[in-house]
Amino acid sequence: MSELPSHARAEAERDEALARLAETVAYVRLLGVRFDRMGDELTARMPFAPHLVGNPFLPAIHGGVTGSFLEIAGLMQLAWSVVLGDLERGGAAAEAVARGEFAPMPKTIDITIDYLRPGRPRESFARARIQKAGRRVAHVHVEAWQDERARPIAMMRGNFLMPRG
Amino acid sequence: MTGEDEDGRLGAVMRGAGTPDPGEGTLMEGLPFSRDIGMRLHSAGDGVALLSVPYDARLVGDPQTGVMHGGVITALLDTACGSAVMAAPAKLRSTATLDLRIDYMRPAQPGKRVMARAECYRMTRTIGFARAVAYHDTPEDPIASAAGTFILDRVARETGDE
Repeated sequence: MSELPSHARAEAERDEALARLAETVAYVRLLGVRFDRMGDELTARMPFAPHLVGNPFLPAIHGGVTGSFLEIAGLMQLAWSVVLGDLERGGAAAEAVARGEFAPMPKTIDITIDYLRPGRPRESFARARIQKAGRRVAHVHVEAWQDERARPIAMMRGNFLMPRG
Repeated sequence: MTGEDEDGRLGAVMRGAGTPDPGEGTLMEGLPFSRDIGMRLHSAGDGVALLSVPYDARLVGDPQTGVMHGGVITALLDTACGSAVMAAPAKLRSTATLDLRIDYMRPAQPGKRVMARAECYRMTRTIGFARAVAYHDTPEDPIASAAGTFILDRVARETGDE
């Protein structure tokens, strides 16, 4: 990477850190969830796969999978905000991230999921918004959709305990 | 389900009093994702359902501790509440989750099976109300609790609510 100009190196460093962060969680791999990054905002994507089905007659994605997807999107957005902070701080914190050593994952305190429409057999997307990033507790809203951004399939709000709080 | 025995039975359900050995249960073949994560149905009847999910490295959410992902508990509690609704004394074709609230009291212990006991404690013509507890050994030491509402797809129109 050393031949890259510094701005491109910073972007590549962030993409690599995000890929590693997502890759470390087995359950995220089981659901096949990936992340796109635009600045500090992540979009979680979950391509359809037959093992994600709950109701084979409709067919529809398992409500537990949709709930998991929302929680994963919220947790990863929070974990990513911690990693970004470490990268921007530089020094030992940034070096740890570069080695693939991350802060402990945030812990879910409570979540509330509203199911608006059945999850059809196609790719799902989710974006989380951190409504409050307190020192100990963060409050997050997440929306998931499929074909149309304006027609969410499910929404979640939750409180999470932050690492190092 | 009448109001009279509701509290008493729910109390018994949450305490796990007089519960027979859950045994091995049966793999939930009808639900592909539930089957994929090894979810088992131990009993269902009279608005009460007992389910479990085994510990599996594929379900880990925190690589530093090996603790199962919260999403697995969500899937278990959602399926348990839905099963309790389907096991209520009403002719239902199917049910779908409207909303689900989950409180996480403590992390699940790595290596241990997680049980879920759910009760559909009230039904109207269109909505079932359910609550559930996830635990290892006894519901008195919960990992998480859930409360949910479920929309009911009844087989035929019924006049009364109960």
